Amino acid sequence: MKHEHAKTATQNACKLCNPLGACLAFRGIENCVPFLHGSQGCATYIRRYLISHYKEPIDIASSNFHEESAVFGGSHNLKIGLKNVSDQYKPDVIGVATTCLSETIGDDVPMILREYKKEFKNGSPMPILIHASTPSYQGSHIDGFHAAVHASVKALAEKMPWQRLINLFPNMVSPADLRYLKEILEDFGVPYMMLPDYSQTMDGGPWGEYHRIPPGGTPASAIATAASAMASIEFGSTIEASKSAAGYLDVMFGVPAYHLPLPIGINGSDKFFSLLETLTGEKRDEKYEDERRRLVDAYADGHKYVFDKRVIIYGEEDLVIGMTAFLREIGMVPVLCASGGKSGLMKKRIAELVPDMDELGIKVREGVDFVDIEDEAKILQPDFLIGNSKGYTMSRKNNIPLLRLGFPIHDRFGGQRMHHLGYRGTQELFDRIVNTVIEQRQNASSIGYTYM
Amino acid sequence: MEQIGILEGRERQVLEKNSGVAQADIACDTSSLSGSVSQRACVFCGSRVVLYPVADAIHLVHGPIGCAAYTWDIRGAVSSGPELHRLSFSTDLQEMDVIYGGEKKLYKSLIELIEQYKPKAAFIYSTCIVGLIGDDIEAICKKVARETGIPVLPVHSEGFKGTKKDGYKAACHALMKLIGTGSTEDISKYSINILGEFNLAGEAWIIRQYYEKMGIEVVATLTGDGRIDAVRRAHGATLNVVQCSGSMTWLAKEMEEKYGIPYIRVSYFGIEDMSKSLYDVAVKFPDRPDIMEAAKQIVSEEVKTLYPSLQKFKKALTGKKAAIYVGGAFKTFSLIKALRSIGMSVVLAGSQTGNQEDYARLKEMCDEGTVIVDDSNPVELSKFILEKGADLLIGGVKERPIAFKLGIGFCDHNHERKIPLAGFVGMYNFALEVYQSVMSPVWQFAPRKGGSL
Repeated sequence: MKHEHAKTATQNACKLCNPLGACLAFRGIENCVPFLHGSQGCATYIRRYLISHYKEPIDIASSNFHEESAVFGGSHNLKIGLKNVSDQYKPDVIGVATTCLSETIGDDVPMILREYKKEFKNGSPMPILIHASTPSYQGSHIDGFHAAVHASVKALAEKMPWQRLINLFPNMVSPADLRYLKEILEDFGVPYMMLPDYSQTMDGGPWGEYHRIPPGGTPASAIATAASAMASIEFGSTIEASKSAAGYLDVMFGVPAYHLPLPIGINGSDKFFSLLETLTGEKRDEKYEDERRRLVDAYADGHKYVFDKRVIIYGEEDLVIGMTAFLREIGMVPVLCASGGKSGLMKKRIAELVPDMDELGIKVREGVDFVDIEDEAKILQPDFLIGNSKGYTMSRKNNIPLLRLGFPIHDRFGGQRMHHLGYRGTQELFDRIVNTVIEQRQNASSIGYTYM
Repeated sequence: MEQIGILEGRERQVLEKNSGVAQADIACDTSSLSGSVSQRACVFCGSRVVLYPVADAIHLVHGPIGCAAYTWDIRGAVSSGPELHRLSFSTDLQEMDVIYGGEKKLYKSLIELIEQYKPKAAFIYSTCIVGLIGDDIEAICKKVARETGIPVLPVHSEGFKGTKKDGYKAACHALMKLIGTGSTEDISKYSINILGEFNLAGEAWIIRQYYEKMGIEVVATLTGDGRIDAVRRAHGATLNVVQCSGSMTWLAKEMEEKYGIPYIRVSYFGIEDMSKSLYDVAVKFPDRPDIMEAAKQIVSEEVKTLYPSLQKFKKALTGKKAAIYVGGAFKTFSLIKALRSIGMSVVLAGSQTGNQEDYARLKEMCDEGTVIVDDSNPVELSKFILEKGADLLIGGVKERPIAFKLGIGFCDHNHERKIPLAGFVGMYNFALEVYQSVMSPVWQFAPRKGGSL
């Protein structure tokens, strides 16, 4: 629907900026400090935003630009910053992501990093420096996420003899999802390299002393082996080729790349498990058959609640695509699939998974904000919304319930422990969706039914 | 445990009070050290925080999406009427805009937003790259103001052009352009403006009520529950009462110079400072002894109910130790007093933006051995929390997980808070929150208390 007023400004954005994604991804490398080359505010705002979801300390360093740095270049500040971070955090890796500021003035970060390595060669131990280009005026947070993963693989992967190893690039999913994926790979008995892995760094235990960098994450030495793997699996169907880590390993080292949509729903999860069976030559553990059976049983128990329910789903494009496939297999109609991202691929990818999307009236919109989604909602009258916490404003205003998932969850507890992927994640999502419907019915009834 | 040192270049910003020896003044008012993981934000943050609560204006962030996205509905600054401040508007600059300039996009955005939302004014925040690509914000604002008939105010808040304090100043500068443009007719001689009170969780309403009970007219609150029309007539007040001094002293000084309005600094946290902020205002109206009488009456009534209700907390908390790390230093003074009134001592006190004078006063107030820090970071804060055995940290969102990771209580004294901590009722809420966090049985499992890792 066209907005009733002309609309140039973005209002209540359904996306975040590029560097945020990079910081999160770098947090999934062991003993790594994310470092933003830009103003102090970028690091601080992003820390605050991530903390409100993950409830974990997240130290992001900043080169803290001044006016002189903006005029004469940020090289000096970047070097001092790297030195200070090295001294204070003693990291193995520093993940340097750029911002709109450093990109606009045209700082040649790779060159500055080379100079830094030369200048400080004999000083404190030299961490590995990874550089991701993440100007905030391009794309959104998900692009920064993939850029950081891609940059890490590019910086670290090196030619080695073939080994029985699977690379998994899981996309921007929850710490709980990451833990589940590791469990699956371990149960298949196959060595793996998953990047990033912030399952512990962004959702860890209590500390007896302050950890400059929390334990957990994928070691740089493991990332180095990525080029020797027998295959890479990358979740996501809208990742730009130039930012696909799996694609890079395929082209440069001949590691076959398997791109799957985020495995949400039975069909999506089946594809993932089948691929693992093919690649490893092993059968999946019986426990996953059990998970699948319970899920099929739950679908049967709950199908009448959800059939033909109309929802709006929004968030990162890959999440929306994965969710759309799942919603269709339980008979729900995602009347609008929306994202602040703009890959230009979302509609095509959804059509691949849901061939009858047009007949069903499924609308796909990229590059939208929450005011656009709200305009659509007024016409489409969905039963509820599915997406992150930022839809709450329009949910409340229009009295449409919101089922929260993805990132960020700022107004509920435990977003970092929510599952979305595989049979287990689908089970959790299905239970929550059915309960949303039940709760809606119960509240709408004047009787006060105690059996629903 | 591994020893944590202070970064080279920051030693002078950390001090442990020792009256036995001569100690150099703490270094402050400097920009953050690169790579130090400062808890500070940027110039934009300073401006945004000050103007945010103005509820009948649109706040358009000119730049890429991040700055607007991270400040969308970020504060607990509530409004009794319009709520335009809770929306997030951005020109969402793209690569082509960076190359060819964002002026057209800014102009179109403004015209459309003003048409759609009918605000009383518009604030346009410049972000980092706007300062680089050279958009003439002033010219666009003038043009739009002319065409729409409302004030359209540029806020020069490019993130890198200074510190958060410079952002405060840029915001005050925009407010100063509004002040003096409204009618001061019918404003009482016995009137004040409340400056630096942002109506978090309705705190400005609590404070306003006390003053009104004393017979004083509150002309404008800057900027809590703020309205453009009230700001425009703020120059009609007799006295400016400044709370968040870091952000608003500049404005108070400007108003003194331009309109001859004197100002006083106050704080609404804790019994002592809350009471004093009523008396200090009453003193300024000596020809009306009834105002002072009313102030005394309010204090005595409030304290009569508050004091006994605090005793339960005091009994439990006596001997416990607190660490404070907040944005403005003035707040730390009140917090130290408030904590003492519930039996707690302060082992660490610091701020993001305190000045020389603030730190001198802080040092004077603190106990021997208290660590004082300026523009600190998570590593330092943790070091001192552990070394000093603090049971509580008072801070904001970014400090909260540090406390919880280390297994100590935490009090949210930040802009997101949902519970008023100002005023007499605020003191009760504060004590309750501290009590509930420090005394929670969950800490028995913390490694610090012998729980397993």
